[in-house]
Amino acid sequence: MKVLVPVKRVIDYNVKVRVKADNTGVDLANVKMSMNPFDEIAVEEAIRLKEAGKASEIIVVSVGVKQSQETLRTGLAMGADRAILIEAAETVDTDVEPLAVAKLLAKVVEEEQPGLVLLGKQAIDNDCNATGQMLAAVLGWPQATFASKLEITDDGAQVIREVDGGLQTIKIKTPAIVTVDLRLNEPRYASLPNIMKAKKKPMEMKTPADYGVDVSPRLEVVKVVEPASRQAGIKVGSVAELVDKLKNEAGVI
Amino acid sequence: MHFGLTDEQQMIVDTVREFVEREIYPHENTVESTGEVPAEIAAEIKRKTLELGFYAANFPEEIGGGGLNHLEFALLERELGRGSMALNHFFGRPQNILMACEGEQRERYLLPAVKGERMDALAMTEPDAGSDVRGMKCVAKREGGDWVVNGTKHFISGAEHADFIIVFIATGEDQTPKGPKKRITAFLVDRGTPGFEIAPGYQSVSHRGYQNMILRFEDCRLPDAQVLGEIDGGFAVMNEWLYATRITVATMSVGRARRVFDMALGYAAEREQFGQKIGKFQGVSFQLADMITEIDAADHLTLASAWRLDQALPANREIASAKLYASEMLARVTDAALQIYGGMGLMSDLPIERFWRDARVERIWDGTSEIQRHIISRELLRPLGA
Ligand SMILES: Cc1cc2nc3c(=O)[nH]c(=O)nc-3n(C[C@H](O)[C@H](O)[C@H](O)COP(=O)(O)OP(=O)(O)OC[C@H]3O[C@@H](n4cnc5c(N)ncnc54)[C@H](O)[C@@H]3O)c2cc1C
Repeated sequence: MKVLVPVKRVIDYNVKVRVKADNTGVDLANVKMSMNPFDEIAVEEAIRLKEAGKASEIIVVSVGVKQSQETLRTGLAMGADRAILIEAAETVDTDVEPLAVAKLLAKVVEEEQPGLVLLGKQAIDNDCNATGQMLAAVLGWPQATFASKLEITDDGAQVIREVDGGLQTIKIKTPAIVTVDLRLNEPRYASLPNIMKAKKKPMEMKTPADYGVDVSPRLEVVKVVEPASRQAGIKVGSVAELVDKLKNEAGVI
Repeated sequence: MHFGLTDEQQMIVDTVREFVEREIYPHENTVESTGEVPAEIAAEIKRKTLELGFYAANFPEEIGGGGLNHLEFALLERELGRGSMALNHFFGRPQNILMACEGEQRERYLLPAVKGERMDALAMTEPDAGSDVRGMKCVAKREGGDWVVNGTKHFISGAEHADFIIVFIATGEDQTPKGPKKRITAFLVDRGTPGFEIAPGYQSVSHRGYQNMILRFEDCRLPDAQVLGEIDGGFAVMNEWLYATRITVATMSVGRARRVFDMALGYAAEREQFGQKIGKFQGVSFQLADMITEIDAADHLTLASAWRLDQALPANREIASAKLYASEMLARVTDAALQIYGGMGLMSDLPIERFWRDARVERIWDGTSEIQRHIISRELLRPLGA
C-alpha cells in the first residue's frame, strides 16, 4: 500500500508572529519556516506504517512556493521515499486555498493510487482545518479526521478520533483520507544518514497547469489584525469583596 | 563565493538545534543546581544521539562515524554550543586524535569510541605546566621494555566519565643550543590501570557539571602498545589533530552568543522604563547592533577557518584568530546582555548570569587568548625574521 502525505511549509511554531503594518497579512520575510507540525505527525505515522510492513512506499507532496522543496527534503530525511512539489505560488505571502489544494491532491491521488492519504488536521498558519475533508469530498472517499490512533486492518482501518468530550472509535474502508491530531505520535528527528540520503531521493516538480487545476483565489482577505490584548485584571482584598464584585459589578452570580 | 548552506547542511543545523532545545535545555537547571548530570539523563542523550547517527559525527563513515567535513561539523557544534556543555558531552564527539590509532589500538580505542561504547578524555595540562606544555613534569622512564609513569595532570575535562584517557607524557630530553628540550609521547591509558588514579578536581564557576579532574600516576606501568603515534612523537600528533578543539571553542562560543543575543533582543523589545521600550533608548539599541555585528563576524571567521581545512589550505593562524575573537566576543556579548537585563540579569532565576560565567573559561582553555595571539603573531613575523 502506498501512503501519500501532503505537507505544508508554514511559519515555524517557535516564531512570534507579527502582523504587517498595512494589515494585509503576517510578516513572513526573513522568518524561519518549517513543516507544519501536524504534517510531521502524519509523516511519522506513515514511516511507522512502513516500518511495520503495512506500507510499501511513502510519497510526500507539497503545494506552494519553490522553497517548499526544503519542507519536502525534511520529509525525505525523516524517511519518506520520494517527493512531489506542485509550485502553485510565487511569493511566500500567497496562501493557496484549501479547495485548490484538495483538487490538486485529488489529481495526484488519481495518478499515484495510494491506499491512504495522511494529512495534518490543520495547518498552524491559517488554521482552516479543511483540506483533508475537501479532498475526501472531491474523491468521494471515506474520511477519518482528528486521529489519535490508527490501526490498519484487513479490509481498511480502525481510527480513534479525538472529538469534543471524548474519543470515538470508527472503522473505515480503504482507500481513505485520515487527518491526524496532536497525540497520535511524537515525530522523530531526521537521522544524519537519512539527511545525507535525502538529496538522492527523487523529487518531481509540477505546476497546477500540469493537472489542469485552477488555483486562483476565491476568498478575499479584507484585514488581518493582532488579537486584542487581554485587559489587566484586578486584585481583590477578600472573598467578601470578590463575591460583591461578581454580584454587583460583573453581574455573573 | 557562496555563503549559503546546502539543504543537507540546513537540515543538520535544524535537527541539532531542535535536539538541543528539546533534549538539552529542559535538563539545564538540574545540572546547574546539582553540579552534575544524572546518569539516566546522560544515558538517554547518548542513546538518542547514537540512534540518530550523530554520535562521532566528526569521524569518517568507513569506521562508523557521521562523515561530516570540518565545516559541517563546525555547524553542528555551533548549535550544540547553545546548550549546556555538561549535557552535550553525551552528544559524543570523541577527540579526532584517535584517528592516530594503529593496529589493534583501533579495535580497543578508536572503534569503541566511535560507537559510544568507550568515552575518552585528553590530558596535557599539569599544575606547573599550562600554556608551557613542554614544561611538563609528568615523566615516563624505560624499565624492562615498558614505560613507568610518575606525575600529575589537572583540569582534565570529562575524565570522570572517561574509560580511557589520551595522556601526553615526557619521555626524554634533548640538549639544544637553547637549553634542554623535553621529548613528549602520547599514551592511551585505561581507567583502572594500576598506579593510575582519576581524582576529583576543582569547582569551576564556568560550565557547572562539566567537571575537571586530577590524574595521578604513581609507578604506573604502560607497555609500548599504549603509545599513540610514535615514541617521542607527541608534538607531531598534537599538531596534526589538536587544531580541532580550538574550532570547537570558537563555534560553540558563536552558538551560545546567539542564544544570549536572542534573549537580550527580546527583553529590549519588551521591557519598559520611562514609558517606553528600553530598546528605544540608543544606549540599549546600539549595544544590540554591536553584539550582532560581532557575532556575525565571529561566525564567518570560524566557518571560514573550518572551510580552509576542508580545502587543505593552511589554517593554523585562521583557527587561532577564530578561537581568540569568538571567545572574546562571547565575553562582550554576555556582558552586554547582562547589562540590558539590569539587576535581573545577575539573578540565577534567569540563565543570563550562567552564560556570563560560562563565557569566562572560553578565553582560557584550549590555549589562552595570549597564546592564540602568540600563534597568530609568530606566523606573521617569523617569515620576516622577527
Ligand atoms: C575548566 C577547564 C578545563 C580544562 N580541560 C582541560 C583538558 O581537558 N585537558 C587539558 O589538557 N587541559 C585542560 N585545561 C587546561 C587549559 O588548557 C589551561 O588552563 C590553559 O592552557 C592555560 O594554562 P594555565 O591555566 O596553567 O595558565 P598559565 O599557562 O599558567 O597562564 C597564566 C597566564 O599567563 C599567560 N601566559 C602564559 N604564557 C604566556 C606567553 N608565552 N605569552 C603571554 N602570556 C602568557 C596566560 O595567557 C595566562 O594569562 C582546562 C582548563 C580549565 C580551566
